[in-house]
Amino acid sequence: MIEFNNVVKSYSVGNKALKGVSMQIEDGEFAFLVGPSGSGKSTIIKLITGELKPTSGTVHVNGYSLDRIRKREIPYMRRTVGVVFQDFRLIENKTVYENVAFVMRAIGAREREIRDRVPYVLELVGLDTKSRRHPGELSGGEQQRLAIARALVNNPSTIIADEPTGNLDPARSLEIMSLLMEINNLGTTMLVVTHARDLVERFPKRVIAIDEGLIISDGMDGYYHYEDQ
Amino acid sequence: MGIIIMKINNLGYLLKEGVRGIFLHGFMSFAAVCVTVACLLIVGSFSCLTYNVSIMVEDLNKTNEVLVYVDETLPEAEARSIGAKISTLENVFDREFITREDALKDFIADHEGDESFSGVEASDLRHRFRVVLVDNALMRETVEELQNIPGVAKVSASYELAEGFTTLQKVLQIVSVAVIGVLLVVSLLIISNTVKLAMYDRRDEIAIMKMVGATNGFIRLPFVVEGFTLGMLGAGVAFGLEWFLYDLLLARLAEVDTLKLFDFVPFEQLLLPMVITFTAAGLFVGIVGSWTSIRKFLNV
Ligand SMILES: Nc1ncnc2c1ncn2[C@@H]1O[C@H](COP(=O)(O)OP(=O)(O)OP(=O)(O)O)[C@@H](O)[C@H]1O
Ligand SMILES: [Mg+2]
Repeated sequence: MIEFNNVVKSYSVGNKALKGVSMQIEDGEFAFLVGPSGSGKSTIIKLITGELKPTSGTVHVNGYSLDRIRKREIPYMRRTVGVVFQDFRLIENKTVYENVAFVMRAIGAREREIRDRVPYVLELVGLDTKSRRHPGELSGGEQQRLAIARALVNNPSTIIADEPTGNLDPARSLEIMSLLMEINNLGTTMLVVTHARDLVERFPKRVIAIDEGLIISDGMDGYYHYEDQ
Repeated sequence: MGIIIMKINNLGYLLKEGVRGIFLHGFMSFAAVCVTVACLLIVGSFSCLTYNVSIMVEDLNKTNEVLVYVDETLPEAEARSIGAKISTLENVFDREFITREDALKDFIADHEGDESFSGVEASDLRHRFRVVLVDNALMRETVEELQNIPGVAKVSASYELAEGFTTLQKVLQIVSVAVIGVLLVVSLLIISNTVKLAMYDRRDEIAIMKMVGATNGFIRLPFVVEGFTLGMLGAGVAFGLEWFLYDLLLARLAEVDTLKLFDFVPFEQLLLPMVITFTAAGLFVGIVGSWTSIRKFLNV
């Protein structure tokens, strides 16, 4: 569960990126986070991953209180949250397989577990036939699938995607969004930041709209109140 | 703590990653090992020298003696009895009584063919004790104590040689510590920089590892392995070179120094202290060097 309570975040004195955000995302829920550029979406994500600490207010993520978490607990909190970035952040000199296996090793998984789990996850995202390729040999959509596989492989209870379709054409975007839904159906809490209004409107899911650091609407109707640029 | 959580099954991975870093920056690693070898070689040489000088000073302690002259009015039996009092002094290692007759024989032997001493007789000389001290650094105090013993007429000692060696030993120790300190820091810096380069190269991987929840200890380990390997490689090569050069020096010295003025011990006798010195230096330089370089990369 993700819970924000009256969260204020200012990067510099007198300049607030978030001006008092309160929200709650239940386990297993799927939510879109939408808003214009500079409204504070990435700031919310960084608060969830522990990269930033709130200036005031409280942030709870999967049982951890991030506003007063100890430094050496952060790695264990992060294992409960998978992150997918718009720019993929894949390792170019590792194969598809290694890119995924690498993050399992990073948390001390056994080689046998890795050999079992990586092919399963690659199949789930539809990359099982391309496991020996390098990221440079994949299309944009495939690279994003790989990024999703990597976020997924350590079995986090929550996945956060920051504009996962920003670099993809409409058809690929739809595929990726469907994949995220599928993963959500398997039980993973999903928070997806996006600008793609048409995509959001296609899926009858909860939409949290933010503008200038404040939540301006939060509902299940798929409609959101901001004028896309 | 990360190390404790680590399971054995990751060991192979860590070693592989650590060694991979070395080859990734082949030239830099080579340079780092070379500098480490050079530094440790000098460190080792100073250790060898210090060790040899301390052995020499110890030997000198046993040969550099103090002569205690007995009042010439005392008969031989009474003169001999002073020996017991000499032995009670704490800094006295050994004493030997020499009669004036024996002293004359030595004197004549020392001045053979010298006309000016031809008239010297035993009665012109005094009975004496040849005294060996435990610690020559305390020679002045002990000589004073000897002089205060009743029946002792005069004490002669050569402070210069004893104190000269003790001073040399002290100076050498101070210089050694300074040189060793500076050179260890130099090797530390070069290894630290090599590891930093390896980390910089893999900053993307490190960022991803941090993101998925790898502990700092786990992220750090391959790099510590890399630093450790570099350090031990340098130490190993330096040790072999040191041995070779030391033996070479000894062989050369044996040719030139027919008087055996410099009595260096064979390297084999230095083996244990040298192995310890080199291993400790290699470990220190490798592990501390990498550990310190990693800090700033982990602050995400
Ligand atoms: N590191 C930073 N230092 C100072 N100000 C920052 C920093 N990061 C973000 N901001 C400011 O905080 C506000 C919110 O930024 P944020 O990145 O959360 O927006 P966003 O909604 O993700 O925008 P976009 O859709 O363009 O990614 C902006 O005004 C931005 O300029
Ligand atoms: Mg953003």
